[in-house]
Order: sequence, then C-alpha cells, then structure tokens
Amino acid sequence: MIEVRFHGRGGQGTVVASILMAKAFFQAGYYVQSFPLFGVERRGAPVEAYLRLDKTKILVRTNVYTPDHVVVLDPTLLEGVDITRGLKPGGWILINAPEAPPNLHTYADYKLAHVDATRIAIRHRLGTRTHPIVNTAMMGAFARVLGEPPLEAVMEAIREEVPAKPEANMAAAREAYESVVLLGPVAEAVSA
Amino acid sequence: MKKVVEGSHAVSEAVRLARADVISAYPITPQTHIVELLSEYCSDGTLNAKFLRVESEHSAMAALIGAASAGVRTFTATSSQGLALMHELLHWAAGARLPIVMAEVNRALAPGWNIWTEQTDSLAQRDTGWIQLYCEDAQEALDTTLQAFRLAETVYLPVMVVLDAFFLSHTYEPVDIPEQEEADRFLPPFKPAFQLDTQNPSAFNQLAPPNVYMEMRRSLQDAMESALDVLDTIEDDYEKLFGRRYGAVEAVQCDDADIILVTSGTVTSTSRLVLRQLREKGEKVGLLKMKAFRPFPFEALRKHTAHAKKLAVIDRNFSFGAGGIFAQEIRSALCNLARRPLVFGYVAGLGGRDVTTDVIEDIYWRTKTSAHPEGESIWIGLHQPAPAA
Repeated sequence: MIEVRFHGRGGQGTVVASILMAKAFFQAGYYVQSFPLFGVERRGAPVEAYLRLDKTKILVRTNVYTPDHVVVLDPTLLEGVDITRGLKPGGWILINAPEAPPNLHTYADYKLAHVDATRIAIRHRLGTRTHPIVNTAMMGAFARVLGEPPLEAVMEAIREEVPAKPEANMAAAREAYESVVLLGPVAEAVSA
Repeated sequence: MKKVVEGSHAVSEAVRLARADVISAYPITPQTHIVELLSEYCSDGTLNAKFLRVESEHSAMAALIGAASAGVRTFTATSSQGLALMHELLHWAAGARLPIVMAEVNRALAPGWNIWTEQTDSLAQRDTGWIQLYCEDAQEALDTTLQAFRLAETVYLPVMVVLDAFFLSHTYEPVDIPEQEEADRFLPPFKPAFQLDTQNPSAFNQLAPPNVYMEMRRSLQDAMESALDVLDTIEDDYEKLFGRRYGAVEAVQCDDADIILVTSGTVTSTSRLVLRQLREKGEKVGLLKMKAFRPFPFEALRKHTAHAKKLAVIDRNFSFGAGGIFAQEIRSALCNLARRPLVFGYVAGLGGRDVTTDVIEDIYWRTKTSAHPEGESIWIGLHQPAPAA
C-alpha cells in the first residue's frame, strides 16, 4: 500500500487534489481511499489531505501517520508545518516552488522534486494572480514524480470532475508534468 | 458502475435510486453532504422528490411523519445533537409504524463541542423502536440504505442506517452504484397498507387507553422480531441482483477462535486487517461484526460466540454509570447460556480518537493475557496522568 499526504492552505484545492488523484489512480487500476484531515477548514489555514493506493481492497480506516510521499502545494508551509512528519525515508517530497528550498540538508533522508505550479496556474488563469489554484498543476507533476498514474488518467479525472475551465486545468497539469524538476535523493544532491 | 465517491454521497445515491418522494432535513456536520447532494438532485430534476427545508431536526422528523402518514417514501439524515433533538418524534415515527429511512452519521455529543465520530448518539435512541443497522464502508452504506426502504416498508418500522463520521462519511473510495433499472427491480414503489386519504377518511394515533396500548406495543415488538428474517430474505434478493450480502452479524474465522473481537462500524474494517496479521502469527482469533443493533441479533451472536473462551468487545460509545453499550447487551444476551465466553468490554475511540491497528492489537493481547476482565469497561488510550484541574 502507498500512502500520500498533501499539504496546502484552505482554498488552494488541496482536498480536491487528493480526491482527483484517487480517481485517476482508480482509472489506472488501483483500489483507492482519499480523505481530508478530519476537522474544521478555514481559508488560508494549513490543511492536509490523504490518499491511499493499493492493488487490493484497502481495509484500514484510520488516519495516515507514516506516508510514503508528501506533496506541498504552498511553499510558505515549509517554515510553519513539519511536512516530513512520519515520512518514510526515501519517500518523495514534491514542492510547489520555482527552485529547490535553500535548506536542502533538512530533507537529506528523502527524494525531492519541485515544480513552479504557481506560475503555471497564473499563466493558465486558474484562480487569481494573488490566489492561484495550483492543485491541477500539482497533480500533473505528481503523476510524473511517481511514474503513475498515466498523464491521460489525470487528464480524464480533471475533464470529468473539474466544473470550471477544464481545458485550462488540463493544460496546467500537462505543463507541470513536463516541467517538474526531479532532484532525486537529496543526500546525493547535497554531496555533489 | 464503479465510481470513486464520498461515503456520504453513497447514501445520497441510494436515496436517488430508491426514488424517495419526500426528503426533509436540517444541516449538521458530518451529515450535511448527504442531503446537500440530494437537494441538488431535487433542484436539477435528477430526483423527482419534494425537498422540505425546515428550521430544526425536530421539524424534519415531524414533516416526514406527516409525509409517511400520507403513504409516500421518505428520507432524512442527521447526527448527534440533531438526533437528540428528534428524540420525541423518533418514538412517534416508530409507534405510528411509519417506514421512514434515516441516515445517522455518528458524531459525539457536546459539550465540549466535537464533530468527530462516536456511537453514543445513535445508541442512546435504542429504545425508540427504530431498526438500527451499522455500516463499515461506503459500499455497505449504499446497499444498506437501498435495503432499508424495503425492510421499513415490509415490517412498518423506521430504519436508521448508521455510519461513522469522517472515517466513512468523508472518505472517498470505489463504490459500485447500481443502475436505476436494477434498483427498481429490487425496490418496487411503496404501496402503503394504510394512509391518510381524503377519499377514505380515517383517524390515526388516537387515545390508546390501557386496554389496547399494551397490545400495540407488543405488535411493534413482533415487527422488530420479524425484521431479522425479513432482512435475510431481502438480502437474498439483493445478492441475486448485485452479488453482495452482509448479514445482521458477520462471523469471520470464529469457528476455531479462542478469542473473538466484536466490533461495529469502521472499526470492523480495520479489525479485518488486524485479524489477518494475528492469524498469520498463529493466533486463534476471530471477528464478529455487529451490523444489526436493533433488533438485537441474539441467536446469531450466541451461535458464533458461545464456544469461544473470551470476547473482546470494542465500544466507541459509553453509557455513564454502566459501560460500553454493545458489551452490556452482549453480556445480557449470553448470561443464561450454560457455557459462555468471558466478555471483556473495551472503550476506545470516543470523540473521534483514532482506533488504529495498534489499538486493536493491544486490545487483543490484553484480552489474551488477562484471566478476567479488569472491570466492567477498560478504557484504551487515555492520556495519563490526567491533566491537573
């Protein structure tokens, strides 16, 4: 079983990203489970959402404590939230950022990828310039980082489920898929 | 067709497929998503039902009592304080023998304010005459809701379909959603045995003095007692059409078990995983899922557990001054048997605290290593020491 934790802020589409990724993985033949952090959501406040993937029916119905990978939709969370909490060593951290974070050694146990989802979302006019909706771009990037589901499954999930601007959202996902930077194991990147 | 949907929406889809005629509800977390989708279906014409917005849960139930008395199919959903506010009318709906179906999303009662899962809200309504069926995943929530209409309309009792907050209500997972045509084959239109009818005036729920009241109560109990057999027949039909059945209880590897975990709701699903892991280690453990709480499945419970040495009952609920509610009822169901297991009552996961695989395993090992229960209820995972006042 693979467990993924999404970090974002209320209003960025974090919960929707985890649901749409569940639908994309389901199309790709996985059994899936997706749920938000159970609590009270507020715009701008840190939010979390979770995704479980397996080839057989998922029986566990508890919170996610030790994710295999994390996705960070808002780089300002890196300072206030422990995004590596419980993260399994060797897991991917995908960050929405134009470049790798400065304190790379903090992430020495993990693999790092980054994508400028904010710029991509603004270019495709998703949300506003001050509050871009980055979730669909992050979905495209995440599909590339894990090597699955196929980009087509992500596109299909967006086409079916996103009521506003599906074409622009699909274009953003594709651009992020193509432009995400896979730094790989941070320990090696730091020592190089 | 299999789709990834939220647990709440699995219930909404079942109500759509049941072609409910009148829906009335007042919003309350974590139930709201159920009626939110239904109100969309009513407004866009997907479902040809009257959606009554009301000022409270008490009024929601009152509205359905009126609608059901007129002989139509009715649905509502609520949680926690909302269910508590309905209490008076729950008795009325059952006493008037109205086949109302309600989804009840388990949420802890305040204070302190808590929106997370706990079964005390629904279990506190155990004496109202409602059938109560507890579900462990979204597929079961859909299937049970659809079955609930047929069950209610056969025995003339209201049915509560109960699901855990968040762990079920807000979790997305694959659900096989029947086609309308298939659902219609399973659930024909409701043809009431009695109804308010201006062409055929009659009076309902009049004064019932001592010479008739007791017989009315007994007839309600007879209907309850028949409900388990009726549910079984309904499940036969459902299985033929859809290939799924659940049972009032489900016994998993109980036959040779020394210790049987007894669970309800989503804890059952997580316990299936723990059971598998313990069995791999050679532990003689079984799992009994309690789906029906009212009517209480006495016979099935005794059949599957009487041979075991110990039962470990996990209660995500509590009756103050007594104990976990499932454990109490299970003890009383077994007490007259010549040979019976020791019943260990565990209280876990109140107010939405997570019942993890570690918690369930801990409960198993405590049960195995204890000769006798430490008390009426053993509370699991309390923070120690308690914070200073």
